[in-house]
Amino acid sequence: MNALDLQHGRVDLSHGSGGRAMAQLIAQLFTREFDNEFLAQGDDGARLPHTEGRLVLTTDSHVVSPLFFPGGDIGCLSVHGCINDIAVMGAQPLYLTAGFILEEGFPLADLGRIVASMAQAAREAGVLVVAGDTKVVEQGKADGVFITTAGLGVLREGVDLSGANARPGDAILVSGMLGDHGMAVLSKRENMDFGTTLLSDTAALHRLIARMLDAVPGIHVLRDPTRGGVATTLNEIATQSGVGMLIEEAKLPLRPQVAAGCELLGLDPLYIANEGKLVAICAAADAQGLLAAMRADPLGANADIIGTVGERDPHCFVQMRTSLGGLRVVDWLAGEQLPRIC
Amino acid sequence: MTEARHIRVTGLVQGVGFRPFVWRLARELELAGWVRNDAAGVEIAAEGETRQLDILIDRLRREAPPLARVEDVCAVSAPARGHGDFVIAASGGGAVTTAIGQDTGLCGDCLDELFKPADRRWRHPFITCTHCGPRYTLTRRLPYDRANTSLVEFPLCPDCKTEYTDPGNRRFHAETLCCPNCGPQLQLLNPAGGPLPGDAIVATLDLLQRGAIVAIKGLGGFHLVCDARNANVVARLRERKAREEKPFAVMAANAASFLPFANCDAAAQALLQAPARPVVLLPKAGIELAGIAPGIQWLGAMLPATPIQWLLFHEAAGRPAGTDWLRDPQSLLLVMTSANPGGEPLVTGNNEALQRLSGIADAFLLHDRDILLRCDDSVMRVSASGPAFLRRARGYTPCPIKLPLSGPSVLALGAALKNTLCITRGDEAFVSAHIGDLDNAATCTFLEETVEHLSGILDVRPEALACDLHPDFHSTRLAHALAERWNLPLIQVQHHHAHLAALAVEHGVSDTLIGCALDGVGLGSDGTPWGGELLSVDDDGSFARLGHLTCLPLPGGDRAAREPWRMAAAVLHRLGRGDEIALRYAAHPAAAQLNTLLERGINAPLTSSLGRVFDAAAALLGLCDNTSFEGQAAMLLEGCAARHSGALRIWGQSWHIEKNQLSLLPLLARLAEWDGSREEAAARFHLTLAHALVDWISALAPAARTVAFGGGCCLNAILTRHLSVLLEDSGRRGLFARQLPPNDGGISLGQAWVALQRIVQCGKR
Ligand SMILES: [Fe+3]
Ligand SMILES: [Mg+2]
Ligand SMILES: [Zn+2]
Ligand SMILES: [Zn+2]
Repeated sequence: MNALDLQHGRVDLSHGSGGRAMAQLIAQLFTREFDNEFLAQGDDGARLPHTEGRLVLTTDSHVVSPLFFPGGDIGCLSVHGCINDIAVMGAQPLYLTAGFILEEGFPLADLGRIVASMAQAAREAGVLVVAGDTKVVEQGKADGVFITTAGLGVLREGVDLSGANARPGDAILVSGMLGDHGMAVLSKRENMDFGTTLLSDTAALHRLIARMLDAVPGIHVLRDPTRGGVATTLNEIATQSGVGMLIEEAKLPLRPQVAAGCELLGLDPLYIANEGKLVAICAAADAQGLLAAMRADPLGANADIIGTVGERDPHCFVQMRTSLGGLRVVDWLAGEQLPRIC
Repeated sequence: MTEARHIRVTGLVQGVGFRPFVWRLARELELAGWVRNDAAGVEIAAEGETRQLDILIDRLRREAPPLARVEDVCAVSAPARGHGDFVIAASGGGAVTTAIGQDTGLCGDCLDELFKPADRRWRHPFITCTHCGPRYTLTRRLPYDRANTSLVEFPLCPDCKTEYTDPGNRRFHAETLCCPNCGPQLQLLNPAGGPLPGDAIVATLDLLQRGAIVAIKGLGGFHLVCDARNANVVARLRERKAREEKPFAVMAANAASFLPFANCDAAAQALLQAPARPVVLLPKAGIELAGIAPGIQWLGAMLPATPIQWLLFHEAAGRPAGTDWLRDPQSLLLVMTSANPGGEPLVTGNNEALQRLSGIADAFLLHDRDILLRCDDSVMRVSASGPAFLRRARGYTPCPIKLPLSGPSVLALGAALKNTLCITRGDEAFVSAHIGDLDNAATCTFLEETVEHLSGILDVRPEALACDLHPDFHSTRLAHALAERWNLPLIQVQHHHAHLAALAVEHGVSDTLIGCALDGVGLGSDGTPWGGELLSVDDDGSFARLGHLTCLPLPGGDRAAREPWRMAAAVLHRLGRGDEIALRYAAHPAAAQLNTLLERGINAPLTSSLGRVFDAAAALLGLCDNTSFEGQAAMLLEGCAARHSGALRIWGQSWHIEKNQLSLLPLLARLAEWDGSREEAAARFHLTLAHALVDWISALAPAARTVAFGGGCCLNAILTRHLSVLLEDSGRRGLFARQLPPNDGGISLGQAWVALQRIVQCGKR
């Protein structure tokens, strides 16, 4: 059997057949990139060393169009997304697994770039990809590549982070500029630019979070506002905690390009996805300390306090004081934003 | 022959002087027995001459007091008890089915006393009697007794007690009766809550005349008040109310005082003087009051409703004795705008006012008679088909609207903007006062409080719920939550179906109704935004979409509704002139890329809305690029059209009908090309649009003898006037909203009616 043509070759159904072609793909592409002793065992599962502490396990599926976008691609996104889900639990991420669903005809060169990007993201984050799986589906049954990652981490002692922990009077913080990822992907997909090039914010947040927990071990809530944006995340937390919230429009960190893009498209940046940002909620007394710790990290340089947790509220209304001084409910939408002005 | 009758009178017969009326009538007719209130209304036992008894029953209906509304008089024979006299007896118990009255302005008798120096209620800010004054806004629950009103805090003094207990007195059982000795106290406070010295009325007027903004407690909430002739203070008020451009209402002592600024014909004058004291939109004419209603053809006018308001005008006139001064125009003209900062519900409490209006008001004219129920001012206009509502609230709620049939109680929660709710009881529908836009928590909470309060005072438990199709309206979510909590069926009603069903109720149409929903955007049954619909509405709670306007893209979704220039861009794009967008609307940063957005169809859903066509037209004429309140572009276009004088011709061949769709693109192309007077273009647009609509209706529903028109665009008086004339010319009749506003304020009634029809239909099967 010939070596894979990683420059001009394409994925075919045999690469998912379980036969030799698949073994070759795995050996030449995946094992080489993710190179580590656990993957090298070559068995059906990875045998991992004994670890002290409570474990956190999570899984995350990734679909994005386009697969390559300014600031990243589906590969690093799938690593960061999984790491961040572990990290916002207050855990140190250790191991990942990756499952690929490939569309027949997908260029092997693109797959190579994606896998390399995953490997680099994992290396930089200090986590190991220890197991994987590949399936191929007929042309038209998928959109290039879908990646599912699962991750294992070990929980830090003494943290108690949960969406149910927001208390009246708490401060609400975000770690930086909002909406970069969603707008970067959208601008690439629709081939529109909103001024200077906008990069996705995709990043692994566990080191920032470690700093934050060093400074304020008693943070109440951490969450990464991915799909549905900050608006959806705040509503989830408000509902879990049974409280209202009030945020200030003027305090939302926004890049001018994101603001301009949202303005043009009539989108609300609060609903745009982020892939390297977090929402933190802590006691008001801890807010300045937490903010300082966040700003000391490159990923939190633009962090700010954007609002406060209100009283216990059966409606769990998240409200925003607009720049004109009015109040409006930041809704938890049923799905897509439908026009409603009569 | 002597016999006895037991008589029950139902309707609005409590708190309106009904018992003393019966008492006087019975004495006049030499009848014996008693009259009393019970939970069902008024109960009468009368004995005497048969002929006299018959006269009593007849006159009960025909001569009822001004505020009474007699639904039914039911008399049965009863054994004579040998009563010697006719008396007013204590209230009985029983199930509550009677109603609370609406708030009304001061009656003539009270006005006479208010300005009569010898009267013990001369200049008394809380003067009222059985025939006038507050009701709905200060009643906590039924039965309507002083103990259930906010006057419970003020025990009657001996003089008042005498009036209260004398059946021959105008204040017999006037539950809100009081006097300077025993009533609430007026107070003028500074923003820190400290009292200001002097007579509160004198000092308030002085402040107003020196250019201050004063928050004044009214019937259903606070007003922000300033001198309407002082352009500086009007501008300051706008600035403090967060740069709003919404028109302000203006109050004067009498209709004549408005004449330098607006036309006021007999019909408008009658509406201004109606006991409900609504804001009446008068066509502007003559002097323009700077900053009051910029660019708009209407001046919102109202006359004093409360004694406090009357006293300010009385003071400004030099405190004259008697009411002769009211024959002449008076110079004092006051802005009276609802104090609802940031679009939240109207301020009603004293402390709340000091808090929420700090930074807006320079002083606060308050008193210690609490407002128990918030109620905005009603807004009306005299239209071609008679008085019409723009907002139905104070003075009209909680009057019921008759349904064509009786059914289980339905609670309908309305739309998202200009929300009202509706509860049906038997064959009556009770539509709440204007609640507001459900985009802030306080208004959403007010909706829920209104559900509680209205079902409480009506003593009904809903058996079904109704709401809009839109999943993200708070009203829809509340309906789902209540349906789950109370384990009730929920019926979701398409927005424009509801608009037209409301008209079916108003006009008592019980078979199929052909109607046109001329609206902003409402979610259609197919999940797309509708708004220019020709529907056939059936009596079984179903409808068919006969046709709709040819769709235009909505570039940026709701943003296009706030920025009419985007709709103009959508039209240019459709006309193949997308490359003009960037140049024409260069002032808007987004204009450069809007054509690309339209070409790719990114977040540009297609809508059949007529409201957005109005927006496009206003922007194509350069009248309005961005709006600061809903409907502003259409109002400016209407205002522009109203200023046109001279010949008016339609634009021929400027619409076409294809596959049941009406395309207005050629008409919009005329506007895009127009380089003549904007007034002429705006006027021709209205006329041509009316022709196009009638042409379309004739093509799609040739057999329809009546056509209903609902939806927010029907607030446009020029359009509706053209439509009714054109229909009449072709031997047909247009049905327009009369008892409720045609916009989303009337949706809840339509929802309730559709739900009721479906329930009744289910029962038949
Ligand atoms: Fe509507
Ligand atoms: Mg996730
Ligand atoms: Zn009176
Ligand atoms: Zn008294």
